[in-house]
Amino acid sequence: MELLVAVIIGVLVSTGIYLCLRARTFPVVMGLTLLGYGVNLFLFAMGGLKIDRVAVVGLNSDPTDPLPQALVLTAIVIGFAMTAFLLVLALRSQGEHHTDHVDGDDEGDREGRR
Amino acid sequence: MNFAYLVLLPFLGALIPPLVARVTANRTALACGAALLPLVALLQLFQPALRVFDGQTLLARWNWVPSLGLSLSFRLDGLALLFVLLVLGIGLLVILYARYYLSAQEKAGRFYAFLLLFMGAMLGVVTSDNLLMLVMFWELTSLSSFLLISFWHDKSDARKGARMAMTVTGMGGLALLAGVLLIGHVVVIYSLVEVLISGDQIKASPLYPLILALVLLGVFTKSAQFPFHFWLPHAMAAPTPVSAYLHSATMVKAGVFLLARLYPALSGTDLWFDTVTLAGMATLLWGAAQALFQHDLKGLLAYSTISHLGLITLLFGLNSELAAVAAVFHIINHATFKASLFMAAGIIDHETGSRDMRRINGLWKYMPYTAVLAMVASAAMAGVPLLNGFLSKEMFFAETLESSHLGALSWLLPLGAVLGGIFSVAYSARFIHDVFFNGEPINLPKYPPHEPPRYMKVPVEILVALCVAVGVFPTLVVGGLLTVAARAVLGGTLPEYHLTIWHGFNTPLVMSVIALFGGVFVYSQRRRLYDGFERLPKLDAKLVFEGVVQRLGRVASLITGQLQNGSLQSYAAWLLALVAVVLLTQMTGLPSLAPQKALLPVDGVSLLCSGMLVAAALLTTLLHRHRMTSIMCLSVVGLMVSLVFVRFSAPDLALTQLSVEVVTILLLMLAMYFMPVRTRGESSVPRVVRDVLLALVIGGGVALLAFLVMTGELSSISPFFLEHSKPGGGGTNVVNVILVDFRGFDTFGEITVLGIAAMGIYALLRDMQLRSARYDSQGRPWASDAHPLVLVTISRPLLPLALLIAVYIFLRGHNLPGGGFVAGLITAVALVLQYVASGVGWVHERMPGDYHPVVALGVLLAGLTGIGSWAFGYPFLTSTHDHFHLPWIGEFELASAMLFDTGVFLTVVGATLLILANLGKLSLLDDKKEGA
Repeated sequence: MELLVAVIIGVLVSTGIYLCLRARTFPVVMGLTLLGYGVNLFLFAMGGLKIDRVAVVGLNSDPTDPLPQALVLTAIVIGFAMTAFLLVLALRSQGEHHTDHVDGDDEGDREGRR
Repeated sequence: MNFAYLVLLPFLGALIPPLVARVTANRTALACGAALLPLVALLQLFQPALRVFDGQTLLARWNWVPSLGLSLSFRLDGLALLFVLLVLGIGLLVILYARYYLSAQEKAGRFYAFLLLFMGAMLGVVTSDNLLMLVMFWELTSLSSFLLISFWHDKSDARKGARMAMTVTGMGGLALLAGVLLIGHVVVIYSLVEVLISGDQIKASPLYPLILALVLLGVFTKSAQFPFHFWLPHAMAAPTPVSAYLHSATMVKAGVFLLARLYPALSGTDLWFDTVTLAGMATLLWGAAQALFQHDLKGLLAYSTISHLGLITLLFGLNSELAAVAAVFHIINHATFKASLFMAAGIIDHETGSRDMRRINGLWKYMPYTAVLAMVASAAMAGVPLLNGFLSKEMFFAETLESSHLGALSWLLPLGAVLGGIFSVAYSARFIHDVFFNGEPINLPKYPPHEPPRYMKVPVEILVALCVAVGVFPTLVVGGLLTVAARAVLGGTLPEYHLTIWHGFNTPLVMSVIALFGGVFVYSQRRRLYDGFERLPKLDAKLVFEGVVQRLGRVASLITGQLQNGSLQSYAAWLLALVAVVLLTQMTGLPSLAPQKALLPVDGVSLLCSGMLVAAALLTTLLHRHRMTSIMCLSVVGLMVSLVFVRFSAPDLALTQLSVEVVTILLLMLAMYFMPVRTRGESSVPRVVRDVLLALVIGGGVALLAFLVMTGELSSISPFFLEHSKPGGGGTNVVNVILVDFRGFDTFGEITVLGIAAMGIYALLRDMQLRSARYDSQGRPWASDAHPLVLVTISRPLLPLALLIAVYIFLRGHNLPGGGFVAGLITAVALVLQYVASGVGWVHERMPGDYHPVVALGVLLAGLTGIGSWAFGYPFLTSTHDHFHLPWIGEFELASAMLFDTGVFLTVVGATLLILANLGKLSLLDDKKEGA
């Protein structure tokens, strides 16, 4: 099971990073969302995996680690706020530059400039 | 009064002249305003000075960050006292002089403010006990001297000279900082009290050569030692009072001051002797030779200053106690005669309009009084008997004879000394003969020149009188000060020495005589020398320096242009490539992959869900150019992630993830409404390959790390939380108790961030101009029926139900999965559903559409709950809980954390709705515009 979760984390991070490197704002936001899932799961995994061991006092004798959960919970909400902020930033940039390219400039191929 | 406050006075005083300048333009009033606090400081120095003369070292210390060795600590010993006297005394004379030097049109208020700023910085350097503080004041002198040199900032010369001085001394300052940090590393403490008695420890340290090199770099740049001397002649573009102050007595002396200050800690080694003596000798000769060939009056003085600084450095380098005494003595003497010479040069410049010695001749006839003063000071510079320069120069000659460090080559030192002496006599002779005799003035801008205003001469008179007094009665005038200063330099012991004019016929006297006659002879041959000098290839330091600076700028902008090409993609790629590199380099240190403990068994459902998650994530990426499809896949990913949380005992996370997923997808859909529905394929194949590689390396690395952590031995601080959750926090849901109680401060910060993000989005969305894509890629309208009846009908009764669930989730949150975050998200989803089903207009007819107050209220409530604990004398966010009894409902428990959680709830609801509703409203506006 641990291997499975590790694979999931790896796939989420990889796809997230690949999308983050795209040239248009929308895939970048999607990529950040995927990356966010990956990072949240990664943090969550830092407490180890336990099945049916909810961290509620009195429910079971060997509960799972609650601390990463508390950290990830706020991370999920803040991740949403950041996604929203980036998305609106992207919209604003599109409104100002009339393009959804991440560089705010649609002309020509950027690779030629490097 | 504590002597340390003296340092503060000039800084305070710097405020006065600009204030006076607002009231009156009277130059005398301005000068008086500027002189007020330095004068107070000088008078206040009397008591501490007496104690220093008694042999005490005064210390004043205020601790700041003791763990970092940072403290505000000052010391006043003999050396510091000597420099404080120079800085304050000559500073006051310069203020008086500047009163007449600056014309009525010039901004004298600003000038005095800079001057006093410099004065304060310089006092700080000489009285610092903490080495870090010393470096800070050191840099402050560089900064304020930059302002002073560039005072006539409309002149290109002044700007370039100031920049050069700033660059050279500033870089030296950085080297000094590094050296001081290393000293602190060796001695552990930055206080001079400790450092000065830890000389053996420092010299034994393997870091000693590095420390010495760095400290000397600071010293040599500041005191214009060869090969860093080139900035000083260009700093002569400064107004002459600045040169008289900074470039004779104070700023350039900061370097040799530091040599003296750290003498007990660093000197005494061969390395010290070789570097310091060599640099000093090179500077002495180079400066003296160059001085003779300067046609600019101030240029001559600048090179002469360089040469005398070299002499002082050389003396410190000789590793002899007597030489150190001579060095301190020469510091005093040089300050007096050079300051007066600069002032005299300024007077001549002022009265003739020129500083070119080829044009100003024969001024004896026009200003005999000034001529006498300048001639006496020049004679002191040349080392003529009965003047102060003679005494220290005799000691210098004697010391070069004493040194046997160079073995068979020891004769080089006295030879160099005599050579330096000859040139010094020659250029002093030129200063006297060329300016005051040698025919008639040629084509002067101001003609005929006459004596300056009476009081402009007073500072020069005082300094020249000091030159003579020290020269005739050395022990009486300066003996005491020299004793305490030299004792401070040497760390207590003092060699036997006699300050007398006549030591009998001995070798130093012969050397002096040779220097005098040799100098006069060299001067008499000046025509031939000038012609020879003219034929030498010229190297203009300014051109070289500017060229280097400009080339640096070009290289920098080339590199910047390559890296900062304005492409976010390339920045992100660089950043991620670095992450990949770091990951790869750390791979070698990883433990073995073999699990440290039994793994959980894989079951079919988990495998299936994982497969779906991976497939959905891959599809999201592969189909990312079809945006709608991609969003659908993304939502599957999010749902599966929440199932992962369910599987591994994290119900709170699952609930949160589920509701966040809903709002995220809604948000993405809303945004897509304004964006192109498809992404063009525009990435080249190499770029795709590069990105895939980066993604695989980083993803693989992260997966590997996660696997290693999950299968390795885990230790956690969580048992504490599990143990104290119920008794300390009054709740059994440990995750929620951590959020609202143990780590409440974090949560408070997080909801603040949430609120800020929401406000930021609100600000970004204001006045936004966007054209929506009303049709999809196939040209079909997005929706034929914006608010389908089925959705409307189902959504309305759902609202109260959803709200009820939210309340339930909220209330039980402290004990069972739930809480403010989840409840807030459920409420938000329920309300957003109404927006989706019935439209923004419908919702806003029924409830207020402004959500900022809700966000603000939430953060405020959480904050106030925290502050509330102050009222009971507890720290911020201390929680309390108690049991209450309500009729019919029965016994229940209420924790103050509940109130905090309400704040969280409100913030989450407000922020989520603020974001979504405002984005939704945008499309509404767009619809109206299209309709109109």
